[in-house]
Amino acid sequence: MSANLQEAIGPVCESFGHDRTRLLDILLAVQQRLGGIDDRAIDAVAAELAIPRVDVAGVVSFYTFLAPKTRGQLVIRLCNDLPDLMMGAEEVAAGLEAELGIRFGETTPDGRFTLEWASCIGMSDQAPAALFGDVVVPRLTPGTARRLVAELRQQPPGADLHRLLVRAYGDGANAHDLVRAAVENNLRQAGEVIFAQAEPDAGLSKALAMSPAEVIREVKTARLRGRGGAGFPTGMKWEFVRAADGPQRYLICNADEGEPGTFKDRVILTERPDLLFEGMTIAGYAIGAEHGILYLRGEYAYLRAYLEHVLARRREKGLLGKSVLGKPGFNFDIRIQMGAGAYICGEETALISSCEGLRGDPKNRPPFPAQRGYLGHPTSVNNVETLCCVPRIIQRGSGWFASIGSRRSTGTKCLSISGDCTRRGVYELPLGTTLRDVLARCGGEDAVAVQVGGPSGRLVGPEAFDREICFDDLATGGSLVVFGPGRDPLWVASQYMAFFIHESCGYCTPCRVGNVLLKERVDRILAGRGEPEDLDYLRALATTVKTASRCGLGQTSPNPVLSVLDNFRPACEARLKEPFEGRQTGFDIAAKLAEAQRLTGRKSVHFDA
Amino acid sequence: MNTEAITFTIDGKKIEARRGDTILEAADRAGVYIPRLCWMKELLPAGVCRVCTVRVNGRPQAACTQPAAAGMVVENDTEELRQLRRDLIDMLFVEGNHFCMFCERSGNCELQALAYRFGITAPKYPFLFPRRSVDASHPDVLADGNRCIRCGRCVRASRALDGKSVFGFTGRGPQKRLAFNGPNLAATDVAAPDHAIAACPTGTLIVKRVGYKVPIGRRLYDHSPIGSEIEPPAPEK
Ligand SMILES: Cc1cc2nc3c(=O)[nH]c(=O)nc-3n(C[C@H](O)[C@H](O)[C@H](O)COP(=O)(O)O)c2cc1C
Ligand code: SF4
Ligand code: SF4
Ligand code: FES
Repeated sequence: MSANLQEAIGPVCESFGHDRTRLLDILLAVQQRLGGIDDRAIDAVAAELAIPRVDVAGVVSFYTFLAPKTRGQLVIRLCNDLPDLMMGAEEVAAGLEAELGIRFGETTPDGRFTLEWASCIGMSDQAPAALFGDVVVPRLTPGTARRLVAELRQQPPGADLHRLLVRAYGDGANAHDLVRAAVENNLRQAGEVIFAQAEPDAGLSKALAMSPAEVIREVKTARLRGRGGAGFPTGMKWEFVRAADGPQRYLICNADEGEPGTFKDRVILTERPDLLFEGMTIAGYAIGAEHGILYLRGEYAYLRAYLEHVLARRREKGLLGKSVLGKPGFNFDIRIQMGAGAYICGEETALISSCEGLRGDPKNRPPFPAQRGYLGHPTSVNNVETLCCVPRIIQRGSGWFASIGSRRSTGTKCLSISGDCTRRGVYELPLGTTLRDVLARCGGEDAVAVQVGGPSGRLVGPEAFDREICFDDLATGGSLVVFGPGRDPLWVASQYMAFFIHESCGYCTPCRVGNVLLKERVDRILAGRGEPEDLDYLRALATTVKTASRCGLGQTSPNPVLSVLDNFRPACEARLKEPFEGRQTGFDIAAKLAEAQRLTGRKSVHFDA
Repeated sequence: MNTEAITFTIDGKKIEARRGDTILEAADRAGVYIPRLCWMKELLPAGVCRVCTVRVNGRPQAACTQPAAAGMVVENDTEELRQLRRDLIDMLFVEGNHFCMFCERSGNCELQALAYRFGITAPKYPFLFPRRSVDASHPDVLADGNRCIRCGRCVRASRALDGKSVFGFTGRGPQKRLAFNGPNLAATDVAAPDHAIAACPTGTLIVKRVGYKVPIGRRLYDHSPIGSEIEPPAPEK
C-alpha cells in the first residue's frame, strides 16, 4: 500500500472509529479525497477495517455514485427519466457529447469530465436536469449545456466551479447560503397540513406532555397512513416497534425519494426541515428510540450542509440531544446517512442494509424491521411526508386531520406533477381529489395517459380520470407524470423497464432476469416485429416476476407492461404482425447475421442486409 | 430451544413441525419435496433463487425462509407453482451460458436436474448470451462464470463452514457477478477441499484433475430425479 493512499484512508476510517457498519460513509469520504475508488483504494480500505476486500468491492460496485473505475474529475450525470426525455434530454446529451468529444459512459482523455446517464434525480418539474458533481443544473437546453461545458473547460484545475454552474439561485431556502442551488420549489399549492404556516415545535411540546402510548393513539385515531407508497398505518407500525424487545430502538426517515417523477420530499426537505425533524423527534419519543437517522439520497447531497445546520440549531435550542425540551429521560438525536445512487435503497430493508454499510440488498422477512431492523434493533422506517404530518396531528388533533381527505385516506397528499402539463410542481391536495381535478389544476387537461405512482404504479387513460387519488383507488407515493397527445404508451413501458433493470439489486432470479426479458419483448413489439402471441407471453412473464420476486421492486416492476396490456391494448395490437407463411415475424435474420458477417468480413448471399 | 409441536398442511397433507422450522424443513421431514436451488442444509437460508416459492394462505412466500406456523395452508405441487418454477429455471438457463454437454457437472448439477424433473427440454425465453469470465488461475480450482446462477451457496459456505471469505458478489441487477477475495482465484486462500467448492450446485466451481472420475451414466441424478432423496418412493405402477 502506498504511503499516500494510507495517509488518505487511515484518517477517514479513524474518523468513523474503524466501524465496518459505516462503510458507505467511509467510501464516500475516501472518494471525495481521492476523486475515485480504484482497486488499490479498495485494498487499503479493506486492510484498514480488517474486512474481506471482496466485501468492499461488492459495496463499491453496488452504488452508482461510487466509482469502481476512476472517473473524470467532474462527473456529469444527465437525468434519463421520462419527463427529462420528453423535454429534450437526448438533445442535451448530444450537445454534451459534441462539445466534449466523448460518448455517454466515457471520460475525456484529459481525465477532467465523465458523462453518465442517471436515473431520476428528483427534478422532473425542471427537466432536463443534470448533476455536475453534487451541483444540480436544471432546465438545460442543448445550447446552455454546450456553453456550460465549454466554459468549464477553460477553468484551471481546482477552480471553484459552483459560481459557473449556478448563475441564479432558486426560490425559498434554495437561495440559503448553505444551499445556493438553482433548483426551484415550484410549490403550486400549499395545503393545510405540510405547507401551511404553523407554530414551530408546538406539536413536539404537546407530545412530550403526553405519554408515548397517547401519542401513538392520537396518530392511530387520525388514521395516518404511510406516504412512502405502501400506505401502512403509521400508528400501528410504531406500536409494533414499541412492543418489540431490545435495549435500543431506531427511527429512520426515508428520504431516498427514488421513485421516478417524485420530488415532493425534496421540496419538504428544503422548506420544512424543522417540521420533519420535529416529526422525527415525536416519533422517537413514541417508539422509545434515542437515535434517528435521516437517509438522504445522494442526489440531494446539495441539501446536506443546510440540513446539518438545521440539526445543529435544534441541538442548541434543546430540541435535540439530552432531555429534549427538558423532558427528563428523553434523549434523542439525528444523524444524516447519505445514499449513493441506488433506487432500491428506498425499500425499507434495503435502506437498513445500506445504513449498515452493506450492499443495498433487501433483507428476508421475517423478521420485519419492527422486530429486528437496523443492526438488529427494532426499527421504524417512515417517509418524510408521513413524519411531517405527525407534529400537525398532535398539535391540531386527530379529529382535525381525519376531517381532511376521505374516510380511509385522511389528510393531504403532496403530489409531484411533471410531464406534458403547463404548471409542473408540487401540489398539496386533500386525499380523495379526482385525477381530473388534478389535471385541471396543473394544466394537463389534454392528457392521453397519466402515470400514477411512478413506474411501479399504473399508467391510466382518460376512462380513469374520474377516479380518486387515495390509498384505496389510485394510490401514489406522490408522483404523477402526464402524457399528452402523441405519446406512446409502449415507449413509456419500455423506458420504465429500462429503469427497473438498472435498479434491480440482482439478488433474486425473477427480478434480475425477468425484467430484462420483459423489456426484450416490449421492444420487439415497439420495433414492429411483435406477434399476436407475444401479448400472452408478456402477461405470463409479468405474472411470474410479480409472484416470485423477493421484494417490492420485483413485485411491482412488471406493472408498466401490465398497464399497457390492460389499459392500452389497441396501441399494442396495432403493431403486431401475424406470422406470414409460417415465418416468424419476431425473428430478425439480418440482425442475427450481422455479427457473423462482421467477423467473417463476408455478406450473406441470401440475406444481404 | 422451543420444540413445541405445531401442525399445518401442504396440499392438504397434514405436516408436523417444530416451532422455528421453516416450511421447507418441516416438509423435508415429512417427505414432501419442495423444489429448491439456493438452499443447503448446512447453511442459513437466503431466499435467492425463488424456486421454492409456495403459496401460504394464498400468498406467495419462499418456503426456505418462511417460518412454519400453526394452521397455515400451504400450496406446493400445483400447476400454477410448477409453471412458476419452470419459468424461474428457464430464466437461470438463458441468463447464463449453459452447455451441459461440455460440462463436468452434468448429471450432478442441481440446475440441470431440476430442468429434467420439470420436463424442460429447451427454455422458452430467448438466450441472453452474456459475456462472463473464466478464472483458471488457481492450481486446483476452476471458476467458470458462464454457469454461475448467483445462488450464493459458495459465498455462505466459505464463510460459515470454511472460516474464509473467498467469494462474494460485485455489481447489481443483471450485472451482478461472482467475485473473489483478490484480483483472481489464485490470489485467494481457496483450497480444493473447501466446502465452498462442493456447495456449488452447478458447474461453476470445479476441482481440477478429477473430472469424470464418476462416469456419465452413474451420476447423482442419472437414474432418479432430484427430490427423490426426500420423497417416499413412488408406488410401483
Ligand atoms: C423499490 C422500493 C422503493 C421505495 N422507495 C421509497 C422511497 O424512496 N421513499 C419512501 O418513503 N418509501 C419508499 N419505499 C417504501 C418503503 O419500503 C417503506 O414502505 C416506507 O419508507 C415506509 O414509510 P411510510 O410508512 O411512511 O410510507 C420503497 C419501496 C420499494 C419496494
Ligand atoms: S425483487 Fe429485485 S430488487 Fe427485490 S430482492 Fe429481488 S432482485 Fe433485488
Ligand atoms: S459459483 Fe456456484 S455456488 Fe457460487 S453463486 Fe455461482 S452457482 Fe452459486
Ligand atoms: S431455495 Fe428458497 S429461494 Fe432458493
